[in-house]
This record gives sequence, C-alpha cells and structure tokens, in this order.
Amino acid sequence: MPNPTKLIINCETGVQEEIELTDEEVAQREADAEAYAIRKAEEDAAAEAKAALKASAKAKLIAGQPLTAEEADVLVL
Amino acid sequence: MANTYTLIEAKTLGSAVASVTFSSIPSTYTDILFKVSLRTDGSTDAYFIRPNSATSNITQINIQGYGSSVASGNATTLAAGVPVSTYTANTFGNDEIYIPNYAGANYKSFSIDSVPENNATTTRQVLEAGLWSDTTAISSMKFETIDGNFVQYCTLYLYGIKNS
Repeated sequence: MPNPTKLIINCETGVQEEIELTDEEVAQREADAEAYAIRKAEEDAAAEAKAALKASAKAKLIAGQPLTAEEADVLVL
Repeated sequence: MANTYTLIEAKTLGSAVASVTFSSIPSTYTDILFKVSLRTDGSTDAYFIRPNSATSNITQINIQGYGSSVASGNATTLAAGVPVSTYTANTFGNDEIYIPNYAGANYKSFSIDSVPENNATTTRQVLEAGLWSDTTAISSMKFETIDGNFVQYCTLYLYGIKNS
C-alpha cells in the first residue's frame, strides 16, 4: 500500500506538486498523532473532572451543605 | 487598519491528501489570512498548522465551546478542528487563521477561529491564540491531518493584507 501524499503549492509560480510521504514522514505523523491523542485524553479528563466538581458543588449548595475548597473554586474562579 | 485583501492563492482539492503546504509565500504584505474549509476521512477531529513546517518553539492557549459546556487548554502545537468521517456527511469545517506581521523579525502570533461543523449537540467552536517563538519570516504554511487525509473538495484560500 503506498504512503499518503502531500500537496505543495508554490505561491510564486503557481506550480503544484503531489508527493508521496517518505517512511520517515509517516513515522513522524504516527508519533505526532500519538502525542496529540495523549494530550486530548488529558484535556478531556480534566474537563470531565471539572464538570463533576461543578455538579457536586451545585448539589451541595441546593442542600445547604458546606463546599470543599475545590468545589468553591469552580464556582468563583 | 487593514484596507486591502489580495488573494494570493486558492486551492480546491481534486483528490485526498495528507497535507497541504503553501510555499514561497511573498513577504510583501503586512499580514496574511487563511480561510479554509476542510474535512478528513480520518478519526481525529483536529489538524496541525505548521509555519515553515516548524515542530518546535510553538505555544498556544485555547478555549473550546461545546453544546453545553466549555473547556480550555494549552499545547505546543497549533491545531484547529476538522470534521471527520463520522461527522455529518458532506459537511466541511470553517476556519480562519490570521497571522499579523508574518514577515517581520519578531515572534509570530496566530489567531485561530475554528468550527468543525457537525449536526450534534456536542459540536464545538475553538478559539486559539498561538505564538511561534521564532524571528524567521513565515514563507510557508503547512496544514497537516493528524490521521487520514483531507478529502476532495476541501478549499483553502490565502490572502495577503496590507496596512496601506
């Protein structure tokens, strides 16, 4: 199976070239994709944790219960 | 106040490619602006934006609005959102990348406004402020999928903007 291709457009000449990626470029893409997936998973986990903290803070406010410092932070920061 | 927009290059993809690079960008403008409408056949709903193909000295902060929540983050890559194969069929994203003083000798800042269109409650809008800490003039810009290919009919427009 051939490697994916890249398109290069020269803005001075208008010449366009479609070139197959080298094996090194393919390996770099795979490494970049892996790094991105790790970062995205961390961001998603942080967002979920924040949402859970907010929900907990809201429930405690409604019930008249004391908030933790973390729960207070998500409401005022 | 910018008062002139000049179309430098326009491209509609005739076939799928993993990346598109605009090379030999003229240095005769004050700012440049990319308006792109992209979609990939991959599974990762983001793509990389690489000035001069750089992979280092890049920082960014972003805020993302979802259907009913917001998230924020930071990273060492410039990225924008893009519809993927599971998103609403035949629908392309909607992104702007503005780069002031792209040919100057200072670090280069980026403003990215990106909407990976999708008919779903959790679709998102991304606002991103980026910095490439490099004094080299930007002479090329690469748009690179994280996986898969940009599909046929993606469009990319590059405008040059002068301040006089």
